[in-house]
Amino acid sequence: MEKKAVRVAYGEALVKLGEENEKVVVLDADLAGATMTNGFRKAYPNRFYDCGIAEANMVDVAAGMSTMGLIPFCSTFAVFAGRNYDQIRNGVCYPKFNVKFGFSHAGITLGEDGGSHQAIEDIALMRVLPGMTVFVPSDANECYQCVEAAAKIEGPVYIRTARLATPVYDPRPFTVGKGVVIRDGNDCAIFTCGIMLEHALEAADILAGQGVNAAVVSFHTLKPFDEELALRYTAKCKKVFTVEEHSVIGGLGDTVASAIIGNGVEKFLKIGINDVFGQSGKPADLLKEYELTGPQIAEKILKNL
Amino acid sequence: MDIQTLEKYARQVRRDIIIMTAAAGAGHPGGSLSSTEAMVALYFDVMNVDPKDDKNPNRDRFVLSKGHSAPALYGTLCERGFFGREEFDHFRQLHGILQGHPDTKKCPGVDASTGSLGQGISIAVGMALGAKHNGNKCHVYTIIGDGESQEGLVWEASMAAAHYKLDNLTVILDHNGLQIDGTNDEVMSLGDIKAKAVAFGYDVIEVADGNDMKQVVDALHAPACPGKPRYIILNTVKGKGVSFMEGQVGWHGKAPNAEQAAQALKELEG
Repeated sequence: MEKKAVRVAYGEALVKLGEENEKVVVLDADLAGATMTNGFRKAYPNRFYDCGIAEANMVDVAAGMSTMGLIPFCSTFAVFAGRNYDQIRNGVCYPKFNVKFGFSHAGITLGEDGGSHQAIEDIALMRVLPGMTVFVPSDANECYQCVEAAAKIEGPVYIRTARLATPVYDPRPFTVGKGVVIRDGNDCAIFTCGIMLEHALEAADILAGQGVNAAVVSFHTLKPFDEELALRYTAKCKKVFTVEEHSVIGGLGDTVASAIIGNGVEKFLKIGINDVFGQSGKPADLLKEYELTGPQIAEKILKNL
Repeated sequence: MDIQTLEKYARQVRRDIIIMTAAAGAGHPGGSLSSTEAMVALYFDVMNVDPKDDKNPNRDRFVLSKGHSAPALYGTLCERGFFGREEFDHFRQLHGILQGHPDTKKCPGVDASTGSLGQGISIAVGMALGAKHNGNKCHVYTIIGDGESQEGLVWEASMAAAHYKLDNLTVILDHNGLQIDGTNDEVMSLGDIKAKAVAFGYDVIEVADGNDMKQVVDALHAPACPGKPRYIILNTVKGKGVSFMEGQVGWHGKAPNAEQAAQALKELEG
């Protein structure tokens, strides 16, 4: 089977996008050879901006450029999602500016550079931001689709890509926010995202040899999340497993848990800020606005008992 | 616009700052009062903006990087006609357009949401770069604080401004010398800020009295230096115009009570 790193596909997709849409500009922080934005730099040197080793500034510069009607794609390593998080949150997501983030070298398959460089928390950081779309393409073909979709979305988008060359599957129909059933089964469901698809499929093969018929469902979009599909397979299968190259805290696992718990398990309900930013106001007024006062909590509990 | 009229607007904006912060019982009067001349000069004499056409792509842009000085910006935008005075009643209140820090999604005339220090200048660099990219002749202005200049991002942005030769960018330093925990020198000295700005590649103008309208206007109208971003140091007084607030660290983020507000408004008459 052909193998290609998802980050390579990201670079190729940008070149194609650049041809179709002259508003697209690409920013990098001295990693064009690694994030694969080099191709875009060669093809459209006037639309490529190297911001130097200053990731925080890159994000706010992109924010400013987006206010001029441009569609900036920022690229760096996924581990730096922590370094420029304030800029992503307040500079881009709070005003809902039209900036895209293609962050590569995510997860442990970054390899030899070690734990300091392996992002295992970026999905959690991005998912929690109101208005952010989060893509985790599973292969090169899906990455092309994610980049194309990102340019059409008005608002911030995060695309998580991997360094390692991984299998390229036949292109599948793609809809933002919809999961994909790769292999059907009834005994258990394996939900996965990103390049772990290869390993989830291998596990399913092994299970089949043991007489266990496992479904494999891949989610290229973690936000907005395909709750309907997740619930369908949770109902259909005896047990659900999530597999991801990310911390078990805040990633696909928690996304699925929230979907199942919020819609099926009656014993638990989250009460909090429902994926929106706050605003100015007196603390008491704000608690009421966001339905967090005692009477409102009690009302919600009574309704859901 | 003649200097006397600009000074009249500045006095009115100072009154607005007192009215707003007193009504809300919160806000940042000190740094608002120190940067009033700069904002009035920009909106009434320097920038190409039209409240009736506030999304015109060719308008000049302004980013209040020291976003906590929002009361001065709101007063200026109101006097310039971007919204009515009734909004002052809802400053910092639930569902108000005048948020604690400027919010581009809620307030007309605000081009970027600021308040997280260091970010505004960086966004302004992006605007200026985007304008150059598009062949848009607009100019981008940003006001930063001296305390804010302790943020590393200010210097990342400055490096980029020089690198991209952004002569369509003017960075204005509201140098009042004070921040929350004390003077700049007590908290984290800026050293020779003028030499630093020069070293970072700015074309630097220092204004002896940044609360003197004529000096401020002259500096803002100085012809651009081709290929270089402009950096204007305004030596200002925190709390300017209100005797008991002038030069006082304590008035950074504290609102006047009714009695203090009355006294301040009396001092700002005329």
